Amino acid sequence: MPKITYQDKNGNSKTVEVETGLTVMEGAIQNDVPGIDADCGGSMACATCHVYVEEKWLNKIPKPEEAEVDMIDMAHEPKKNSRLSCQLTVTEELDGLIVTTPEKQS
Amino acid sequence: MTKADVIIIGAGPVGLFAVHQLGIKGLKSVVIDNLDKAGGQCIELYPDKPIYDIPAIPECTGEELTKNLLEQIKPFNTQFFYNERVDEVNQEKDLWVIKTNQNNFFKAPNIIIAGGVGSFEPRKLSLKEAEKFEGKSVFYAVKDKNFFKKKNISIFGGGDSALDWALELSKFSKINLIHRRNEFRGAPHTLSEIKKMEKEDKIIIKTPCQLEAIEEHENKITSISVKYDDGKIERIKTDIILSFFGLIMKLGPIAEWGLNMNKKTIDVNPENFETNKKGIFAAGDICSYPGKLKLILSGFHEVALASVECFKRARPNEKFRFEFTTSSKNIQERLGKK
Repeated sequence: MPKITYQDKNGNSKTVEVETGLTVMEGAIQNDVPGIDADCGGSMACATCHVYVEEKWLNKIPKPEEAEVDMIDMAHEPKKNSRLSCQLTVTEELDGLIVTTPEKQS
Repeated sequence: MTKADVIIIGAGPVGLFAVHQLGIKGLKSVVIDNLDKAGGQCIELYPDKPIYDIPAIPECTGEELTKNLLEQIKPFNTQFFYNERVDEVNQEKDLWVIKTNQNNFFKAPNIIIAGGVGSFEPRKLSLKEAEKFEGKSVFYAVKDKNFFKKKNISIFGGGDSALDWALELSKFSKINLIHRRNEFRGAPHTLSEIKKMEKEDKIIIKTPCQLEAIEEHENKITSISVKYDDGKIERIKTDIILSFFGLIMKLGPIAEWGLNMNKKTIDVNPENFETNKKGIFAAGDICSYPGKLKLILSGFHEVALASVECFKRARPNEKFRFEFTTSSKNIQERLGKK
């Protein structure tokens, strides 16, 4: 199973195995990874599963659709590498993915 | 003091259907919600997005679902209290007394918490200085337009609220419209109006940049600094900051009512959706029990069962009789069908 690493702003990190087909958000929620709230449950409606994706991984994941970018406008401190983790589906190619959670989600 | 058989906290789909399930049993409910209208997440988060899993409704939007639920509960003439957040819940013998942030009091033997993920509140700017000036020169909504006349206003956000207010306030103030990327998302007509105002120098658009600092002098905001994507910093003369980054859901005071909680959800007994407090129920996204699914249809089921227990508490001397809407004269009378 692909390993996904979630780290926070202070460098604390947790690496968990996430089944392919689940989202990076679901991987966090199911493994009690702190820093991802996902208040809307993954319907791309709240921007509280916001993560920063390491540059080198950005090209390996599908580009965000417009609605996701619109929602990222609402996120806490959005950056160029901001994504909503509910929209990142885990595949074998994403084994080793590192995402950083923002200082806070809301 | 408003009295009822049941106080429903939250006017989302589950709270609205609770009114129905209580109403057909002859119980009077009141509904309190922090938003200014019914619908909850359906209206606030996805009014236009289609929902495909409401039984017997192949497809509808959040807005349509809300409209239909309101239509369905019309016969009960329920009182709704909007723009109010429930702050305190206290016990008075067998009754519960609720106090809202508007200092209104409600009393009932039952409370159904159908609060979703909590109450909606504006997402705030993260700068510390913003907090200091909140309500004085930093705002997340416009209540009285007159206050914003003849000012230097910096508006943050790229959505409809930011664009609409930029246009409206540009009639009598100087507007800077600041957004983190070059694209705005708004109705085409609004966008073309904005372009027009930009040509007339009534709205100055600053993109792609974000708020970096707030400068003050003698406790008044004098300017703000924004940082562009390329690292360049620009100082903008500003009296008032308006920020429109949408709403977020905050659990708020619910956590302090002595209910057994599990993260942001309330533990309930799945037989009647009662919490650890007798007469306080939780339904919809906010409740948790083994196998819980956060679906609207689950919430409908949950309030149907909770309403039975509410009846027993509100009418301790009457026996509850289960009835069908198709055949019960009582129910049909309550629904105004002859």
